[in-house]
Amino acid sequence: MSVVKPKDLALTEERLAPGHRLCPGCGEPTTVKLVLKASDDPVIVCSATGCLEVSTSIYPYTSWNVPWIHSAFENAAATAAGVEAAIKALKRNGVYKYDKVNVLAVAGDGGTYDIGFQALSGAFERYHRIVYLLLDNEAYMNTGIQRSGGTPSYASTTTSPDGKVIPGKLQTKKQISRIMVEHEPAYVATISAAFWQDLIQKSKKAFAADGPAFLHSITPCPRGWRHADNLTIELCRLAVQTCIFPLWEAEKIDGKMVYKLSAPSKQIAKNPDKKKPVVEYLKLQGRYRHLFKPEEKTELINQIQEWVDTEWDIILERCGEK
Amino acid sequence: MSKIVKQEMMGMNGDTACAYAVKQCNPEVVAAYPITPQTIIVEVFSEYVANGEVTTEFIPVESEHSAMSTSIGAAAAGARAYTASASQGLALMYEMLYIASGLRLPIVMTCVNRALSAPINIHGDHSDAMGARDSGWIQLYCENSQEAYDTVIQAWRIAEHKDVLLPVMVNIDGFILSHTLENVAVLPDDAVKKFIGEKKIPVVKKPSGELTPYVLHPDYPVSMGAIDLQDYYFEHKRQQAEAMKNALKVIKEVGEEYGELTGRRYGLIDAYMMDDAEIAIIVMGSTAGTAKYAADLMREKGVKAGVLRVRSFRPFPRDDIVKTLSKVKACAVLDRSISFGSYGGPLFTEIRSSFCYECEKPIIINYYYGLGGRDTPPNLLENVFSELKRIVETGKIGEEIRYLGLREDSIDSVNYKAELISFKDLNTGNIGGK
Repeated sequence: MSVVKPKDLALTEERLAPGHRLCPGCGEPTTVKLVLKASDDPVIVCSATGCLEVSTSIYPYTSWNVPWIHSAFENAAATAAGVEAAIKALKRNGVYKYDKVNVLAVAGDGGTYDIGFQALSGAFERYHRIVYLLLDNEAYMNTGIQRSGGTPSYASTTTSPDGKVIPGKLQTKKQISRIMVEHEPAYVATISAAFWQDLIQKSKKAFAADGPAFLHSITPCPRGWRHADNLTIELCRLAVQTCIFPLWEAEKIDGKMVYKLSAPSKQIAKNPDKKKPVVEYLKLQGRYRHLFKPEEKTELINQIQEWVDTEWDIILERCGEK
Repeated sequence: MSKIVKQEMMGMNGDTACAYAVKQCNPEVVAAYPITPQTIIVEVFSEYVANGEVTTEFIPVESEHSAMSTSIGAAAAGARAYTASASQGLALMYEMLYIASGLRLPIVMTCVNRALSAPINIHGDHSDAMGARDSGWIQLYCENSQEAYDTVIQAWRIAEHKDVLLPVMVNIDGFILSHTLENVAVLPDDAVKKFIGEKKIPVVKKPSGELTPYVLHPDYPVSMGAIDLQDYYFEHKRQQAEAMKNALKVIKEVGEEYGELTGRRYGLIDAYMMDDAEIAIIVMGSTAGTAKYAADLMREKGVKAGVLRVRSFRPFPRDDIVKTLSKVKACAVLDRSISFGSYGGPLFTEIRSSFCYECEKPIIINYYYGLGGRDTPPNLLENVFSELKRIVETGKIGEEIRYLGLREDSIDSVNYKAELISFKDLNTGNIGGK
């Protein structure tokens, strides 16, 4: 796919208008705007309940310059499936003006890993042509930073706080994107706003797919991760550089899911010296403060590093880089 | 001159009658999840799809929650959307029922009424639909499979009426209607198509005052399901309440128009021998048929008995009910569900409160009946009439809230008081066990 020029991108329509009420430094609007810019065809957006939804649609105002619906928390995929089915049937009945309309479901990690997983799994199995965008900020941020299936180990949240005996979340992060690959959809990719060129190209592929596509965005939350507002994109970059969030894609080719490492992660695979220690990513975030203060908890940090290494190995293996 | 169209008689059960009506309506999207006793609707409709008899996009969703979510997405995108459920399935949809009505989406659903767990029971009662009575759905209760067929067709006209724009739930009693073969007069396909007409898109006012079609369409970027706080939410709920009020008129109009076409007229209530009735049974659903038969038997004995069947529970036709019952001396309201902790069943409490400030009012008693599909044969309904007759003659009301058709030994189980033991007592084996 050809490289997208920033100038051309800047000239495309803003489908999510400024003036919304998301926090300064929130990773969500950057990703959503970029993904929406990648669609050459009209888009209908189906939002799950969450920060993005409440901050962009406070009646009587709306930031959405595209048709948009929010119905509930756990059903973005099912709502999108209904929209897709309606368009299909209306086209069949010869009353639909557009040949191709993209349907984008957007949900957070709560609405995807946990409460919305059933609807997501069902919609992908039924092979609706929808793009599902997961804005993973690794906790229930809209209700005030509670742990989710996407929260990584030892992160402190309000329901997995670092206490005198328990040092944050004890379980590991669910590998949702790999689970989605096992659904054998048309396309799955991980994206990071720091690598916007990669993000745009993957979004274009997702919109062009002839079946369900899943985009998994690492989406820092300054409130929940407790980092400075100006570090959002830096954290998006470090997540990839430390390999805690590698960039890859999986495409269905001849009926088989084929994993492929994306350029920013591939450079690290080719040159392992470039892999940064995860501690560089952790130390910028207040949700891991208890791992460093009052004294450094080396054992726990090492455990996180081991987990990162193991998961990175799995991805390298799947991508045929081992 | 009669405009009644020629109709064909078909042997169908209630579920098939609904599926057949949906086929003739040919909605763009049907999303449903199977549950007893609704399953036949989904199966029969799947056959229509497989045989190319409809142009519908059929979505065999993974749950009822998704059935309603998908219907919402489809209706929002401008499609006619139909679904069907029952009991636990309707309960799983509960959250989405309020969203369908709150977003003012004219979805049509058949609810094949079934008891709620626990204990699990697959047979007919109204507990499922009564749990959703405040969800903003219009609720119509059918007496037989003919009415089920007729009501599914009328439902689109009611739901999509510009003064209503609310979803409609067509209720049919599980098994008694859903699985029982009946002769159903069906309209020709084109007559149904003409009656329901083309799906129209409502034009609404944006907060800015501009007009916009209320549909998810690329050319009209509306936001549906916005967050609506202290400053506007209340006004939107008032609009919904007004729409429900408007539905009282629309249900009657559509029922009349349907009558012109078929010879079968429908309204909010169905009054049977109520003109001179001194005693009456008030009931919803299939038991009305049995009650009418019992009323005939009473009439043969010279007793002025009548039946008032409530067809529309939501909106509640308060005025029609008061008018019909005001000259009655005593009546019994039959409730096929229990609102636990309430003073009487849902139908009873509404009817009693309707008479609160009326000068002329009957004595009103309440019977719970038919829970979990418990049979309600004619003799039980004759007993109700006899009891009403006794009340009129003696002026002694006795228990206001009663149970119809309970086992004779039920009092023993009500009176049994369970002892509580500690978990550690299980180790001693003093009470039963292996």
